[in-house]
Amino acid sequence: MALEVREKQPSDVETEQLATGCEAIAEAIRLADVDVMAAYPIRPYDGVMQAAAKLIANGKMDVEYIVADGEHSQFEIVKHACAVGSRVFVGSSGVGWFYAMEAIAVTAGLRLPVVAICGNRALDDPGAFGCEHNDALAVRDLGWLLCWAETAQESLDFALTAWRVGEDKRVSLPVAIGLDGAFLTHSQQIVKIPTQSAVNSFLPKFDLGDRLLHPDNPITIAPQVDQDWLMEIRMQNDQAMRKALEVIAEAHADFKRLFGRGGENPYLDEYMTDDAEVVFIGQGTLSLPMKVAIRKLRKEGHKVGLVRLKWFRPFATADVVKSLSRFKAVGVIDRDYSFGSPYYGGVLYNEIRSAMYSVEKRPTIVGFIAALGGREIEQPMAREMFDKLTAAASGGLKSGDITHWIGVRN
Amino acid sequence: MAVETHGTGTLPQIKGVKDVPYDELFVSGHRTCQGCESALVMRHMVKASGPRTIVLGSTGCMYVANTTYYTTPWVVPWMHTQLGASGSAALGTAAGLKVLMRKGKIKDEKINVIAFCGDGGGADMGIGAISATLTHKDYNSLILLYDNESYANTDIQLSSQTPYGAVTTFSPSGSAKRLMHTRWKKNMPGMMAAGHPESRYIAAGCAAYAVDLMNKIRKALELGGPTFVHTLDPCPKGWDYHPQYSQELGHLAVETGIWPLYEVIDGVCNLTGPTRQIAEGRKKRKPVYEYLKRQGRFAHFADEDVEHFQATVDKMWTEWLIPGVIPFTVAQKDQTLLRIEKRPLHEETKPA
Repeated sequence: MALEVREKQPSDVETEQLATGCEAIAEAIRLADVDVMAAYPIRPYDGVMQAAAKLIANGKMDVEYIVADGEHSQFEIVKHACAVGSRVFVGSSGVGWFYAMEAIAVTAGLRLPVVAICGNRALDDPGAFGCEHNDALAVRDLGWLLCWAETAQESLDFALTAWRVGEDKRVSLPVAIGLDGAFLTHSQQIVKIPTQSAVNSFLPKFDLGDRLLHPDNPITIAPQVDQDWLMEIRMQNDQAMRKALEVIAEAHADFKRLFGRGGENPYLDEYMTDDAEVVFIGQGTLSLPMKVAIRKLRKEGHKVGLVRLKWFRPFATADVVKSLSRFKAVGVIDRDYSFGSPYYGGVLYNEIRSAMYSVEKRPTIVGFIAALGGREIEQPMAREMFDKLTAAASGGLKSGDITHWIGVRN
Repeated sequence: MAVETHGTGTLPQIKGVKDVPYDELFVSGHRTCQGCESALVMRHMVKASGPRTIVLGSTGCMYVANTTYYTTPWVVPWMHTQLGASGSAALGTAAGLKVLMRKGKIKDEKINVIAFCGDGGGADMGIGAISATLTHKDYNSLILLYDNESYANTDIQLSSQTPYGAVTTFSPSGSAKRLMHTRWKKNMPGMMAAGHPESRYIAAGCAAYAVDLMNKIRKALELGGPTFVHTLDPCPKGWDYHPQYSQELGHLAVETGIWPLYEVIDGVCNLTGPTRQIAEGRKKRKPVYEYLKRQGRFAHFADEDVEHFQATVDKMWTEWLIPGVIPFTVAQKDQTLLRIEKRPLHEETKPA
């Protein structure tokens, strides 16, 4: 005799599952009731498209899943689907992200809240699959919000937050989520999958309002404005980006209330900083080996901590300044490069230096370029960075010698 | 085999000029040149499709000249898309509408989606995305390529649709080189028809045959799925002639056999207008010289250039499997095997 088993709908209860960063994002796509997504293969971001395809094939979600003919088409397809009122998702990695760059740029100009992940990958040439942040960082000046996840859980959480913040009428901007290639896109962790009803209370329905492209609302979108109006429109983008800081904070508070996670500060996380004299700051998964290193250094009696920047755009200047001005020295770890930049520093380094300029008693800031092309930060490298940072803090700093490449063979 | 699509089902064929809808959905406010046939194509296009239409316009003349902020000529909803993105714009818009209707987020109704591109945006940069869209049979969209045979918006530079030998700013005629541009025009509609067996409608039209063009647009939208219409648009500025002769040059392009009019419906090719009459032998093809001599862009042509041009057009009519569509024929020994009876068109179709 067959036993009738009434399964609880999986969306009624919060579950835990082992998921990679990519699989966690696919769950977020399901929970957010995304309407259109566009896929094109490039490693490592495409794990999310594979995971989503499985969910669709197994009837777990109803999304228009379009396999595009290239990244440019991928981003154009979702841009246009978004303009008629669809909630959309897209993504890419490395040179694929760059192939889409024209579409990426106009999406911000159009103020369409496309959500994309960038599975961070080194740019060709020479070829490398591994993680570098230069792909995602290419959108930093365009009007895309940009955040970096640390764990698979945070990938899911950021994705839900991305639709909420991007689609908010005060913002109306696209959002990119950086996921460190391999370290996060393809590493499994335990992830809490929230309930559908909790997600529904967090994430309102997408409504473009009077900007919807529809025969009932016959508007002309993106005409030629030329010098007549472009500056005013650019300034509106700037204002939206400023407003985004506040909207992120609201979303963060709501997220914490509903899901009980998200850390103290919406824009950055601190680790062992309470009595710290020197800290490192970086983005993404490099926090994980750095936390191990910091625990070791702490055991030896060193007062060292870590700040992890979650949102790169908008840059939470006030919060970053408030946090970092408490320390004697700050070591900025860039998983990127900016050849020929001031002091030959990485992108984050120069952003931090710029933010700290107006602080009266500012810390010594040292730049480290590390873990490019998919290399891990190994413990001896963390030690080397710590030694250089403490030397700089005690007055060993010479101008011109403040950016260090770490772990480079001779 | 026909594929299942969802055409609009509301656009009957126009029987004659008196049957053309009165409503104008592309109105004043644009700043296209005098004699611009592409602007006429835009007007005919939305006249044919009606008000329940979303138009996506990729960068080019019909973007820049048509949509100055505050003076849009579009009565229907209109959105810009990037130069190479007409295919993706059509696909994304159609997919968005489809899923929102399926999920009950917007009203389920017939909405036409038309994405247009110029010859540069369509036949050069955007050909990949157009090709992809023409394979997505689940989405209803029409891609209209308005071909004025150059990048006319950026100063008349040559594109893959610029005819052999024509002067453009990238192919001036100089003392050392009479012809800078010696590539033959890419066979875009034929390529789209041959390469996308599940597209239900591919056509070549011309605004000089306005009712024929409007009916082609209606058929495309009626049949549904991804469809493609390519129009040849005389351009006074790019082709260097007086604006009053635009329609005449459109007629000549067809009558000389340079631009055959046809449509491929569910894999069946029909010749239309004068092209059919030429193929039937009821009308003599005019010599290409009649067409070339009216345009400044061919003013530098020597006799041998005209001869080469004529010979290539003749070859299209005598040796291609279908003139203007399939640019090859079948070997004699295989004609029976493939049950293809290639009748010699060349006797009937030699220019007068």
